[in-house]
Amino acid sequence: MTSHLVENDTDAIAIQGLHKSFGKAPHATQAVNNVSLHVPMGTVIGLIGPDGAGKTTLMRLMAGLLTPDAGSVQVLGVNVQKDPLTVQASIGYMPQHFGLYEDLTVQENLTLYADLQGVPFAQRPDRYQQLLTMTGLGAFTDRLAGRLSGGMKQKLGLACTLVRPPRLLLLDEPTVGVDPVSRRELWAIVYQLVKEDGMTVLLSTAYLDEAEHCDQVILLHEGQILGQDTPAAFTQHLAGRVFGAKRAQGLRRHLQAELKQHPHILDAVIDGDWVRVLLTEQASPPALPDGVWQPLPPRFEDAFVLMLHGQRTAQTPPALAPITPPHSEPTAHARPSEVIAVHALTRRFGAFIAVNTVSFSVQRGEIFGLLGANGAGKSTTFRMLCGLLPASSGALSVAGVDLFTAAAKARARIGYMAQKYALYEVLSVMQNLKFFARAYGLKGEHLSRRLAWALAEFDLGHYRDTNSGLLPLGFKQRLAMACALMHEPDILFLDEPTSGVDPIERRAFWGRINRLADQGVTIMITTHFMDEAEYCDRLVIMSQGRILAAGTPAAIRAQAQTEAAPNPSMEDAFIALITEPTQPMGAIA
Amino acid sequence: MNHPSARRGGSLMRIGGLIHKEFLQILRDPSSIAIAFLLPVILLLIFGYGVSLNAKHIPLAFVADAPDIESAALYASYNHSAYFSPQIAPNLPTAERWLVNRQVDAIVHLPSDFTAKLNTASQPAPLQLIINGVDANQARLTQAYIQAGWQSWLAARAQAAGFENSWAAAQPVELAARIWFNPELRSRNYLVPGLIAVIMTLIGALLTALVMAREWERGTLEALMVTSVHINELLIGKLVPYFVLGMGGMTLSVAMAVWLFGVPFLGSLWLLVLTSALFLLTALGMGLFISIVARNQFVASLIAIITTFLPAFMLSGFIFDIGSMPGWLQNLTYLVSARYFIVILHTLFLVGDVPAVLWPNTLAMLAIAVFFIAASRRKIRKSLE
Repeated sequence: MTSHLVENDTDAIAIQGLHKSFGKAPHATQAVNNVSLHVPMGTVIGLIGPDGAGKTTLMRLMAGLLTPDAGSVQVLGVNVQKDPLTVQASIGYMPQHFGLYEDLTVQENLTLYADLQGVPFAQRPDRYQQLLTMTGLGAFTDRLAGRLSGGMKQKLGLACTLVRPPRLLLLDEPTVGVDPVSRRELWAIVYQLVKEDGMTVLLSTAYLDEAEHCDQVILLHEGQILGQDTPAAFTQHLAGRVFGAKRAQGLRRHLQAELKQHPHILDAVIDGDWVRVLLTEQASPPALPDGVWQPLPPRFEDAFVLMLHGQRTAQTPPALAPITPPHSEPTAHARPSEVIAVHALTRRFGAFIAVNTVSFSVQRGEIFGLLGANGAGKSTTFRMLCGLLPASSGALSVAGVDLFTAAAKARARIGYMAQKYALYEVLSVMQNLKFFARAYGLKGEHLSRRLAWALAEFDLGHYRDTNSGLLPLGFKQRLAMACALMHEPDILFLDEPTSGVDPIERRAFWGRINRLADQGVTIMITTHFMDEAEYCDRLVIMSQGRILAAGTPAAIRAQAQTEAAPNPSMEDAFIALITEPTQPMGAIA
Repeated sequence: MNHPSARRGGSLMRIGGLIHKEFLQILRDPSSIAIAFLLPVILLLIFGYGVSLNAKHIPLAFVADAPDIESAALYASYNHSAYFSPQIAPNLPTAERWLVNRQVDAIVHLPSDFTAKLNTASQPAPLQLIINGVDANQARLTQAYIQAGWQSWLAARAQAAGFENSWAAAQPVELAARIWFNPELRSRNYLVPGLIAVIMTLIGALLTALVMAREWERGTLEALMVTSVHINELLIGKLVPYFVLGMGGMTLSVAMAVWLFGVPFLGSLWLLVLTSALFLLTALGMGLFISIVARNQFVASLIAIITTFLPAFMLSGFIFDIGSMPGWLQNLTYLVSARYFIVILHTLFLVGDVPAVLWPNTLAMLAIAVFFIAASRRKIRKSLE
């Protein structure tokens, strides 16, 4: 069937001088800008970059779904533009939101793709069996695809893509929003395909830790390739520049904030019990009273951050001035220190229990995290706390009241930043800020003072008259946060605030969050990034509506400590918790 | 190597798979079934019973300044007619008040010298008619009905008098009107077939407009496109299931027209099936085109309603005569496929098989169907751009 393809060609993909832009000038965006690359056969290649880097566009160009403005794409020796059908017949492509028919069962989805891919009837039973075994979906063939969990959907999508074994597999962000267990399973499947079937796999991801699983990594940023090499080669030159710092007293985030100010330190992030530091070239760790330094092996993220810093030298550095205290009144020691209390909170949707007897409490000035995969019940818990959804049973209080029944005035004490940044895209930055400020009743001198604060603190001055829909993602996030803070709330709710934002913006974001917490603002945050859990003072891990673990990051990590793994990461801890035998895996009951 | 025969076999497998999938989806999410079968029933019931161009039981004030046997006879003749509900008013001011209060639509006023003049050949008898002209159409209809009532009364009176008076001599022309194809002048016979065309335009377009946009929204189309499926196969896989559904809705509508509304059907069934199939293709093609352009179920359904239902209602000659529209608007009506199908349905239902009428209109529909399906085919090729 594929005999007309050039068999001895060593490149699975060869791209030359590729350009692709969207929209009309002057608003045209260069999604792919002068990209040239080669992907050798039989390897796992990671296409890595933050959201909006051009990963999806590049994949669609390879799959013949888009026509390039300039340049050429050869896939398995065939020019994609000239003969897209031949290419599509020999590759497998799994788009980011794979088109499973949710009202069809697992088996019906497989059969549809077998029909579409022309798999002979005689071969089908064996192939189905093979795929179902590989993906662990054998027990669920009669279940509607819409009723599978996120991880199972992703595996079914992969099975549908593989129903006729392709020679090249393109996976667009297969692990986004998938719980860590399913992520590991997906990676295992990818390795199996490359090893046993000799497949070439190109996959894109925004998780930088996944880069280390790839044979080669292509680093994409703003439509351009920053580099293509093995993961080790990216980090080689960083040897001796990465250290961990630890101090006996004080919070890790305070140490991190201090270290970040140092001229020889390019990057400082919290990593387990340590603050991970990337030094400038030929610098040595600065003196640290009461503290210890330990050299750490460089990671891919360090290399990525370094590269992005290089890209951004022209930009103004993030504001270092402390955030003005959110409240002019003296520290409110008279207030109860327990700001959020949740007891046996339950929420049902019909027969489905989204949140199941959840209890926790949050202290004033704490950063409290809700961690879990998509569908774990984080957002439902959040919406009940914000008073957007009534609880089915249980008790909750936020700043002493249940916001669902409380007067609107009580709501003025909270700020809420929605997952998709609820901004008015056709209004400018300034108009958005004004609107949200006025919605909370700010006026006169107070209003202008807060507007000036927002522009300065979030470094939005340059964009003040730009429509918020045209802002880069990181600036949209800054604006959304500024809008949520205009009325100086005591409690800030952040729902997946860092989804899709590049590592540098994420660092700036956490810097702001830490400073807010130091001023006594209580922060409640949801995330599915396991490494971000380290920034929280305390957190709960949720799965299928229940709390699996609660405590400080160190305490949760300690729960997964075994002799074989003395230093488990947050992700290891999560997987250990979720795979405990009492927990039914994967399925939504 | 792709041998032509192998390719054709694969193509059948792919089309079969797509059609099978579509039917499974239709069964699991019955909204398409509701659109195909429930919507025509509801719309036919509402419009079939609600829209009527006949006037019946027109409330009428009857004022005789000098009541006598002649005025009573005229009143009786109106009273016996199903078209009027006359009410005797004591005097003209009362009747006028009724008209202002919308209790009556018209006033028939016989002045005091009515009988005297009626019996005098030299002078016409005066009769005053006052009509509420707010609804111009209704007023014109009422006027014609009252005149007809008055004339039939005169004729009956003359006959009873045995042509004694010279009145008959004053009427040298006798009108012998015969109405063809709809002898009772039932507006329903005319409206229901037209309604079928209007309703099926909406349903055909809505069916495909929603399903293609749904594939866009759920991201399933992107996954389909990278399989070896050809665009033509994708379009066929979409058109066939909804064509079957649409024909089902069509059959239901025709059955309702014949058995529920009692519209006669004089043409041949196979011509009805053939032309309906073609008409349905124009509607499905249009819906397909809309959803390929719109890519969003909400927008697609709005566009489908605005661009199919409204023109089919206004510009097809269903209610408003095309001949009396301004020239530019008349030109626009050539693009409305319901225009052709309404003529075909009227002919097949009320007249019979008239090739001279059926063929040009059928060909026009064919052209529109080809246009929309070809346009969809062209548009979908550059899909993800």
